[in-house]
Amino acid sequence: MKVTRKELTLPERLYLPEIARGLATTIKHAVSPSHNVTQQYPEEASQLHPGYRGVPALVEDAEGRIKCVACQLCEFVCPPEAIKIVPAEYPDSNVEKYPLRFDLNMLRCIYCGMCEEACPEEAIFLTDVATFVVASREEAILPKEKLLELGGTRAEGVAKWASK
Amino acid sequence: MDFDFMPLIVAVVKVSVVVGALFGGVSIMTWVERRGSAIMQLRRGPNRVGPFGLFQPIADGLKFFFKEDILPPFVHKPTFIMAPAIALVCAMLAFAVIPFGGSLNFEFFDEAIPLVIADVDGGVLLLMAAAGMGVYGIMLAGWSSNNKFSQLGGLRAASQVISYELALGLGVISVLVLAGSMRLVEIVQMQEQFLHWNIFRAPLGFLVLMVAGFAETNRLPFDLPEAESELVGGYHTEYSSMKFSMFFMAEYIAMITSSALLVTLYLGGYSIPPRVVELFGLQGNLLAFAQMGVFVAKLACFLWFFVWIRWSLPRFRFDQLMQIGWKSLIPLGFLQVIASALFVILKPEWF
Repeated sequence: MKVTRKELTLPERLYLPEIARGLATTIKHAVSPSHNVTQQYPEEASQLHPGYRGVPALVEDAEGRIKCVACQLCEFVCPPEAIKIVPAEYPDSNVEKYPLRFDLNMLRCIYCGMCEEACPEEAIFLTDVATFVVASREEAILPKEKLLELGGTRAEGVAKWASK
Repeated sequence: MDFDFMPLIVAVVKVSVVVGALFGGVSIMTWVERRGSAIMQLRRGPNRVGPFGLFQPIADGLKFFFKEDILPPFVHKPTFIMAPAIALVCAMLAFAVIPFGGSLNFEFFDEAIPLVIADVDGGVLLLMAAAGMGVYGIMLAGWSSNNKFSQLGGLRAASQVISYELALGLGVISVLVLAGSMRLVEIVQMQEQFLHWNIFRAPLGFLVLMVAGFAETNRLPFDLPEAESELVGGYHTEYSSMKFSMFFMAEYIAMITSSALLVTLYLGGYSIPPRVVELFGLQGNLLAFAQMGVFVAKLACFLWFFVWIRWSLPRFRFDQLMQIGWKSLIPLGFLQVIASALFVILKPEWF
């Protein structure tokens, strides 16, 4: 293909006027206030959009009881196998099972949100916690207690305790 | 034992003040460079260390000190170690002849102290020689690094400096013809009146000298010796720690020196027009300090211009660089030399 090139005008060939134009552009940018758009991260919190997939967490119902029934669907669906559940039963109640241990390995988690999608009890959610910081590998494996603390309370939705 | 120590002490004090000012200027310039580039690209630039990130150069310097100084096994050691020193020393040497003020008078010292380190008759020649030597540092660095990219960077530096040295010379000569002297102090005194500035008498010479100055200091758009998109890091690919930092400082000092040369030759140097001096009633040491202030202000404007150009223009291709040097700048320079000569012969009344 033949590319036709525009013939340069005299000021363009003299080069200096074009340099002056370039300089004008940069100085226009330099004095414009729009270079303040950069977010100053640690001071200014990030603006997270709804539906942001942060650290997964378990939730409790209004009375502070765990919603998870230890069905292990999330453990099954988790692509990087980050979830390990040890189920247990309530001996004195006909309520469904509960997780004796629920370990989430954050070194493996890829924040895909499939645990949330798979959960029939609406017991696990991805929070908007964007910064996950630990000092050791052991700390990166979150136990049930920490996950519950992170998730907090969510009264609405499926309630396994209703059929008690 | 009649040896007079005073001149020696004065010289040592002057040298240490100037060298200190140069290094201070370098550290400020690194900050200006980064902040300037940032605001031109709608960013913020370094703003964490100190107010407005002003202490960033200190942090950078500390980082350089604590970096490992790698001496690659394949380099030619003596030249490899010497090269950054040559670059830095030559860059600083050139500043010795630049006058940065009138003269100071103190009661305890009977002679006036001229504010220039070396007021030599062939001042311009010394400056050109020192500036020309600076390229040895770069060339030897590229050569002794013993790898293709550094070698190419060194070669580019050498050929570029040789080409632009001519233009630089012509830009200087057009002023020398007008001034009839090679002493920079005299050239400055000649331009005391605002309208006598050489930029009005030899505008083309100013242009040529400025472009050649950019090329001599390896600043963008002429920074082909270290063209990182083609040559990794160019001549300083193998350098680390303080050795790299010395090249860095040499580049900035060369930038300051070539700005100072331009200001001195074409923009009136440190001189303040007599009418302004009368207006403010400046006398004695006060006048000298005011002159220093004026000089530094002019220098600062020019240094900003260097930064401004760097973040506005892309790098030339090497053949374009050679064409600009040989086909545009040198003919323009010759034109200006002839024009200056005619100007001196005809001496028009209106100027």
